[in-house]
Amino acid sequence: MKRKAWRNVLALALTGVLALGLTACGSSDSKTADAGSAAAADGKAVYRTLDEIKESGTINIGVFSDKNPFGYVDENGEYQGYDVYYARRLGEDLGVDVNFVSTEAANRIEYLQTGKVDVILANFTVTPERAEEVDFASPYMNVSLGVVSKDDNVITSLDNWNADDSIIVISGTTAETYLIANYPDIPLQKFDSYATAKEAFENGTSVAWANDNTEVIAFALQNEGYTVGIPSLGSADTIAPAVSKGNTTLLDWINDEIVALGEENFFHADYEATLADTYGLDYEDSLVVEGGKVNAQ
Amino acid sequence: MPDLGIDVLFKGTNMLRLLQGLWVAMKISIVSILISMPLGILVGALMTVKNKVVKAIFRVYLEFIRIMPQLVLLFIVYFGSTRALGWNLSGEVASVIVFVLWGTAEMGDLVRGALISIPKHQYESSEALGLSKIQTYLYIIIPQTVRRLIPLSINLITRMIKTTSLVLMIGVVEMLKVAQQIIEANRMSSPNAAFGVFLVVFVLYFFACWPFSVLARVLEKKWN
Repeated sequence: MKRKAWRNVLALALTGVLALGLTACGSSDSKTADAGSAAAADGKAVYRTLDEIKESGTINIGVFSDKNPFGYVDENGEYQGYDVYYARRLGEDLGVDVNFVSTEAANRIEYLQTGKVDVILANFTVTPERAEEVDFASPYMNVSLGVVSKDDNVITSLDNWNADDSIIVISGTTAETYLIANYPDIPLQKFDSYATAKEAFENGTSVAWANDNTEVIAFALQNEGYTVGIPSLGSADTIAPAVSKGNTTLLDWINDEIVALGEENFFHADYEATLADTYGLDYEDSLVVEGGKVNAQ
Repeated sequence: MPDLGIDVLFKGTNMLRLLQGLWVAMKISIVSILISMPLGILVGALMTVKNKVVKAIFRVYLEFIRIMPQLVLLFIVYFGSTRALGWNLSGEVASVIVFVLWGTAEMGDLVRGALISIPKHQYESSEALGLSKIQTYLYIIIPQTVRRLIPLSINLITRMIKTTSLVLMIGVVEMLKVAQQIIEANRMSSPNAAFGVFLVVFVLYFFACWPFSVLARVLEKKWN
């Protein structure tokens, strides 16, 4: 008797596991169709070549969905922004539809390494560490840090700092890391969010606020009485499209495309359509990289 | 009344998108709950068998799932399955798999606990009455176990619903992600929107979990 009951339980359990396995496989099969067949285990390429993307009729592009004005979703549920504008053009010139995938800063590399997206256009700053994991195409934007201060006390240099003054930074940003490493003597006021940092700065907690230069430029533009005294601080980095490591057909196509787009000043048009509202036209030439060539400033 | 920026939810289709996000979260959690509850009961029953090998296998399974943060499990299943096996799971399917694995393990342990809490004399009395092993479970043990399980499993179910907020990390746009999108899209025009939007998210999560608590109370009352 005991034996029999045992067997029943076991049989039931096995059925359960089997059913689970089947549902998992079944649903994965139905989903692979649109995402493509590139992913593979046995040393085969994880990415889709240019021809495979064209054949499938859809390119998967990873963008931010919550980084206004680079990649965000507007109130009608449509993807918008500087990166998205460019992504749409890529799809158009390839002759395929664009499937936008919402990515996070922390999983962008993983998406490319597993071939779950073909291209990342998510405000992806080029760094040597990242270049070992993914292949970057030519850049389409500059980034560096900037410092904003009040009109009546414009800070234009961080040297000879008055030790009684402090600078506001948002915790975890590159501004914080950079100032700690390069100006350890400057006292920092750290805040967790944009909103709290903004409020503290407006209340005069500190004489200056350091952040990505795009951020401080936008702030000075939208708030009377503030000036960006230092528009670019520290190492000038670039933002570029990234593809899976080794996907040369797609990489070459994007690089050629960027050169071609440079001839029609596409990224300036992109800037004017998406970023001008936030950053104004004064910074257009210093932020935009046209034709993949960074101007030495 | 401070400006909570709730008005951003009435721009365009924002509120509808938030509700669609809630629907995505509910779909993932309800499918996972429906699969993992029965499986968990089975696993729980298996955990109480005397066989050492079976016990060890389920012990390892339970500990593995319990120690691993759900986020890590999501990454393993979503990205790892592509790397190791070449499967291209969608974010939703990967989420359901993780939630089923997790729910089954936790539910199994709850069932195991409930089963061993049934006093030994219950088993002995039913054997004395001439009931078979299956009959004993069906008529004596399981009804008592289920009653003990209700509050515990409701707790697990609401936790599963709330944990869907992690699936945004594997590209599934659920309620929390939509909330972030709305807040960020209006970052410059209404910087305080975070409070209002998250307040609404809080209320929506509450109404998603609350029916389960009501159901539990009704069931408990009915059986007393």
